[in-house]
Amino acid sequence: MELLLDSLFNGVAIGSVLLVAALGLAIVFGLMGVINLAHGELMMLGAYTTYVTQLIFKLPLLKPYYNAYVIVSIFFAFIVSGVVGILLEKTVIRKLYGSPLETLLATWGVSLILQQFVRSVPLAYGTGLVISLIIGLFLPSVFSSKVKESINFKYVKFSSWIFATLVGVLSGNLISSSVSKLSRASARNVDVTAPAWMRGQVEILGTTFPKTRLMIIIITLISVIAITLFLNQSAWGMRIRAVTQNREMSDCLGISTEKVDVLTFGIGSGLAGVAGVAVSLLGSVGPNVGGNYIVGCFMVVVLGGVGNLLGTIFASFGIGIMTDLIGAGRLLSIWPDMPLPLSNTINFFATTSMARVMIFALIVIFLQFKPTGLFPQKGRMVES
Amino acid sequence: MGQLPNLNEFMRISRRILAGLATASLAVSVTSCGGGSDTSGSFDDTVTVGILHSLSGTMAISESTLVDTEKMAIAEINAAGGVTVGGKSYKIDYIVEDGASDWPTFAEKSKKLIDQDGVPVVFGGWTSASRKAMLPVYESKDAFLYYPIQYEAQECSNNIFYTGASPNQQSEPATDFMFKRSPAAGKPFFLVGSDYVFPRTSNTITKEQLKSLGGKVVGEDYLPLGNTEVAPIISKIKKALAPSGGGVIINTLNGDQNVAFFKQIQDAGITPSNGYYVMNYSIAEEEISTIGPEFLEGHYGAWNYMMSIDTPESKKFAADFKALYGSDRVVADPQESAYNMVYLWKQAVEDAGTFENSAVREALVGQTFDAPQGPVEVMPNHHLAQTVRIGLIKPEGGFEILEETDGVVFPQAWNQFEPSSKGYACDWTDPSKGERYKL
Repeated sequence: MELLLDSLFNGVAIGSVLLVAALGLAIVFGLMGVINLAHGELMMLGAYTTYVTQLIFKLPLLKPYYNAYVIVSIFFAFIVSGVVGILLEKTVIRKLYGSPLETLLATWGVSLILQQFVRSVPLAYGTGLVISLIIGLFLPSVFSSKVKESINFKYVKFSSWIFATLVGVLSGNLISSSVSKLSRASARNVDVTAPAWMRGQVEILGTTFPKTRLMIIIITLISVIAITLFLNQSAWGMRIRAVTQNREMSDCLGISTEKVDVLTFGIGSGLAGVAGVAVSLLGSVGPNVGGNYIVGCFMVVVLGGVGNLLGTIFASFGIGIMTDLIGAGRLLSIWPDMPLPLSNTINFFATTSMARVMIFALIVIFLQFKPTGLFPQKGRMVES
Repeated sequence: MGQLPNLNEFMRISRRILAGLATASLAVSVTSCGGGSDTSGSFDDTVTVGILHSLSGTMAISESTLVDTEKMAIAEINAAGGVTVGGKSYKIDYIVEDGASDWPTFAEKSKKLIDQDGVPVVFGGWTSASRKAMLPVYESKDAFLYYPIQYEAQECSNNIFYTGASPNQQSEPATDFMFKRSPAAGKPFFLVGSDYVFPRTSNTITKEQLKSLGGKVVGEDYLPLGNTEVAPIISKIKKALAPSGGGVIINTLNGDQNVAFFKQIQDAGITPSNGYYVMNYSIAEEEISTIGPEFLEGHYGAWNYMMSIDTPESKKFAADFKALYGSDRVVADPQESAYNMVYLWKQAVEDAGTFENSAVREALVGQTFDAPQGPVEVMPNHHLAQTVRIGLIKPEGGFEILEETDGVVFPQAWNQFEPSSKGYACDWTDPSKGERYKL
């Protein structure tokens, strides 16, 4: 019993990291069909946001609330990665819809730019830049529609960008002067330390579980529930589904596809940011952190069936449980006196690197028989 | 048409201004790079050496510290009058090339340094993969590479000089300590590493050594580079070591993987207070501060140099480095090794009386140097005899040195525990012996 519980928990723990990382991609790649190679870097921005939030919460003013910084950074990370995603959509991806190869190359370029950005720009000024982006993008939309329709609205937009720049520079300088660690650029990996209440382990049913893993499972669960509710219950969610199923028809029916694209991409990117918070709790935060996850993310989305959230969920947990079963040699402990040749084979694959090989091989075999993944999208898509 | 000449004129002037600006800024950057290399008097001539490390990509963080140290050693030598060869004093100049964390680039830049720049020596490399990529270049051109990192050995080139530890100067004393004198003495071992040549070779040696000591290895696992999912490894460690109430974990993970590993084993209760002790071969002072001493406290490390060595040479080395690059910087074993090799090259060149390779190679063997770690000596197998230390990681970071070997340990290019190389050695001073001969 204990063994089974332990194994199940480990599988779910590995799977939930995969799931939270792949959730944003399931929307961007799955629903919109955009191959976004910068997805990992949006995760990285989320992880860096956690780091910056952690340091800001160490300031005397916010020190009493330090324990809550992880929760706060989830929201910050969603906003930061979401805004960078929106900017990416507006400047790069919008021009490239329908040309996957060009999107692939362009987003790969963006991923390199983002990596170099965190290496060469002090995080304080990076934060300032993101703040000015947020203000610049959203300030014009708070004005009443009367102002928006007026002929002078472009000046309003222009001046709000000036204002945004000012605020950005000011806040960048403020952060840089109050948190010395953020004032210099550094290519060194940084570290996010979970607050004390999230460290250590808890005992459930006689087995112990690390708290950070539980936290990640909870973050994943909340993200999945929130995004499912949003897509299935809200008006915008319905519009997103409509546009992904038939763009022209939705356009004809008066849905602003442009807005839907921005929103979808923004949400997908924001979820990448949330994933960044989760992975920052497990390992270190560095420019390459996203690159470690990107292949796994695509693997999960393809295996689950492109365009299907449920498939992504099943695929992540499936891969997680398989990784644990093979990598930790669980079968041997369940059935200790199996015949020698079999146990030797299992032992051979019972290392993390061989388990990975095995999983990839299994996925390749699986996709031979079901090329559309676990849960293929049913119904008539425009492309098909 | 009448305006065109004017435009051309304007273009020419602005180009000249630009060129002037560029030269000026270049001059500024060169002098600032020199780190005070031209502070002292006049020289008869200049000798240009090559420095080849990754300044971009994943390895840049580690390798750039070596560039800093090599520049410091060169600046120190220049300030003390440079290199004296054949009665002439030479100022050392250097060309820094970027290996870009890409192994073929290392080979390509080596060719450029040797052929185009004509440097007599290249200081460079970190990963074994980069060294393996460079080795054929240096052998075919009979050039000389100085390589400063502790590595898996099982290699002995006439054209490479290795100043880092070979396994018998790091892992063997460490295994011996863990098995005999650590709080987990006599307990079983679990081996964890990144999946590439150094951890696998190092662990093969550890397993053979434990066999002869009567110890037991209850598990072994490798994490593919770039993968930070350590959950399966942790459950295996627990399963393997929990029955004996803890044990020794030998860790050869790389870079970021260490952070994931230590954060998560602590959460899983694999801590010194529960009887689990990790001996690390790739965690030095720099890594302790990045990973966070709160995760590493109570675990161990083995190196030739540790910043906490309490000798005037060691203190001066650390203080000079901090004075040059900032008080928050630390020095660690790889840097000390890089520092030593520049000085050893200088001594060998002075003894040989020429920059010519075969003479320098001959003069190099037998060179001694009072390094920050204590005296070191170049052996006939192009490796360095050096002291080995075992350190306990302190809560505030850095090592508390628990024990050090009695004098220097002689390097073995071919390991004596590994069956394929047992009974072999390397000696470049004797033409009949060379790279690999039977003892």
